[in-house]
Amino acid sequence: MYHVETKTRASKIAFYGGIVALIIAVAVPFFAGRATLQDMFFILTMLVLAQWWNLLAGFGGLVSVGQQAFVGMGAYAMFGMVILLGWDPVPSILIAGLAALILSIPTAFFAFRLQGAYFAIGTWVIAEVTRLSVAQWKQLGGGTGTSLSRSATKNIWGVEWIKDLLDVKTSAARDILAYWLALILAVLTIGFIYWLLRSRRGLGLSALRDNFTAAKSLGVDAGAIKWFVFLISAFGTGLAGGLIYMQKARISPDAAFSVLDWTAYVIFIVVIGGIGTIEGPIIGVIVFFLLQNMLADYGSWYLLILGVIGIAIMLFAPKGLWGLFSQKTGIQIFPVQRRLVHKNQNSEDKNNG
Amino acid sequence: MIWIDSLIQGILLGGLYALFAAGLSLVFGIMRLVNLAHGDLIVFSAYITLAFVSLLGLHPFLAAFVAAPMMFGIGWLLQRLVLNRVLGPDILPPLLVTFGLSIVLQNALLETWSADSRRLSVGTLETSSLSLGPITVGVLPVMTFITAILVIVVLNQISFKTELGRAFRATSDDPVTAQLMGIRPNSIFATAMGLAMVIAVIAALYLGIRANFDPSIGPTRLIYAFEAVIIGGLGSLWGTLLGGIIIGVAQTIGATINPEWQILAGHIAFLVVISIKPRGLMPRAFD
Repeated sequence: MYHVETKTRASKIAFYGGIVALIIAVAVPFFAGRATLQDMFFILTMLVLAQWWNLLAGFGGLVSVGQQAFVGMGAYAMFGMVILLGWDPVPSILIAGLAALILSIPTAFFAFRLQGAYFAIGTWVIAEVTRLSVAQWKQLGGGTGTSLSRSATKNIWGVEWIKDLLDVKTSAARDILAYWLALILAVLTIGFIYWLLRSRRGLGLSALRDNFTAAKSLGVDAGAIKWFVFLISAFGTGLAGGLIYMQKARISPDAAFSVLDWTAYVIFIVVIGGIGTIEGPIIGVIVFFLLQNMLADYGSWYLLILGVIGIAIMLFAPKGLWGLFSQKTGIQIFPVQRRLVHKNQNSEDKNNG
Repeated sequence: MIWIDSLIQGILLGGLYALFAAGLSLVFGIMRLVNLAHGDLIVFSAYITLAFVSLLGLHPFLAAFVAAPMMFGIGWLLQRLVLNRVLGPDILPPLLVTFGLSIVLQNALLETWSADSRRLSVGTLETSSLSLGPITVGVLPVMTFITAILVIVVLNQISFKTELGRAFRATSDDPVTAQLMGIRPNSIFATAMGLAMVIAVIAALYLGIRANFDPSIGPTRLIYAFEAVIIGGLGSLWGTLLGGIIIGVAQTIGATINPEWQILAGHIAFLVVISIKPRGLMPRAFD
């Protein structure tokens, strides 16, 4: 008896390892200081952005250089809900995701009209249009931006509870809340993308990437899958945008729609770690964080080196660091490949696993 | 009157955008490469020209003559050593490599030249103007526009009248068959990129005389150039000029209504055109 399986021995071990890591991650605020939490928040939110971009480019073949549109749109929607309607920032993050989702519909409409690589330019133009339009929004500070007022950030949902639980000041409690939310978002993002890639739709997506014509002739609806992936990525990116700016509490169009912060860094993270794998962005964000800390004092040299590393990886190891490791060892933590396995040999998957 | 004035200024500005875009259009036409570093390569050319101006005391136009062969060499090497390795059916690697190159160039320029804005000075030519009946136009914008037309004419002549041009078109249509006929696509691609960099020097010259530049302006100029290429129709150089004019006119008209709308108006014109004609106004390449 044969059956189709995606699990590997490494993925089963990693599943339990992941649960342990998650428990430790949840407990970090109990023993770590604020600086560590802020670093972890940065890593987690960049990881979320990287996972969504990777789903688009690495699995969907949709190279967007306009993801800053969704970060900025999400961030501004969150600020709008808090400042104009008096909502609490936490539920406003959901609106951030929805706003980005809504923006992604016209973006997809325009960008999908452009062939091949020009898709990238389409997304970039929309991001610019959004940035320039938001800069006209005078109630939210126009081109110079605005801040969340003290009263809005003081009583965020959950902050009182965290203060009592951990016996910390309000500002520290806010960082802890942001960290936990980022952790939830990162886990849900990775979980969702892993589930998606193992589902029927994900199979269609990989099939389209590997052989477009063959996949279409077997009945994969290329248009519908592209739309779905683009919209869901925008939603996730918007959620991250809202969360990042809840923690920053200060916004301006140039920062919220920064192509460098929200797209260039994200692309480098994915490329360095390994494009087209779920593990890649995880490795990439750690390498990125370490590089940033090491080279923080060198200003523009840092970006120069990052760019050179990115180019070198694309030239000599296009599957990134994780790809190199995975090729050598055959280990996959998030396997999405389907393999035919004989019933009695489910542990002999060294070559494919 | 102000509208006719904006219209004419816009058309002339379109000439500058067509110069930014001509190199992109050439490279895309021949090797289907979307070069995200093209804007930064133009800015880089402007700094090279500036270096010759300040080191050798040359007039900017002469300095551009010196810079052009140098940039041809740089373009040739860039294609030979880097870009040829990533060209292929997968669009991802060339996009990501040129994106990386864009970041590298911006920061290398920032490191060598600082963030101060610079300018190529040509004395009174910058401010002199011609009066055409009731309208006054600057000499420099007119020169830019004429240069754009000349560049397109020369490129079309190369493309349709010379052996090199035949090789360009053959490689563009079918690299494998071209190879069977004794053409080496890799070396054709390198020559095309060298040529695109010569055009980049011309674009840089007018960019640097017209306005201040600093290491960070490449991407915004690039976006106008891409818009011109796309709405003009891929592969058509006259289409690129038309696209540049549409973006230029939309920007000056937008600016006449409200100065804050200048850039936005250009982008919106682009979106309107692609929603009506997704293949652009004068498409030539079908693939």
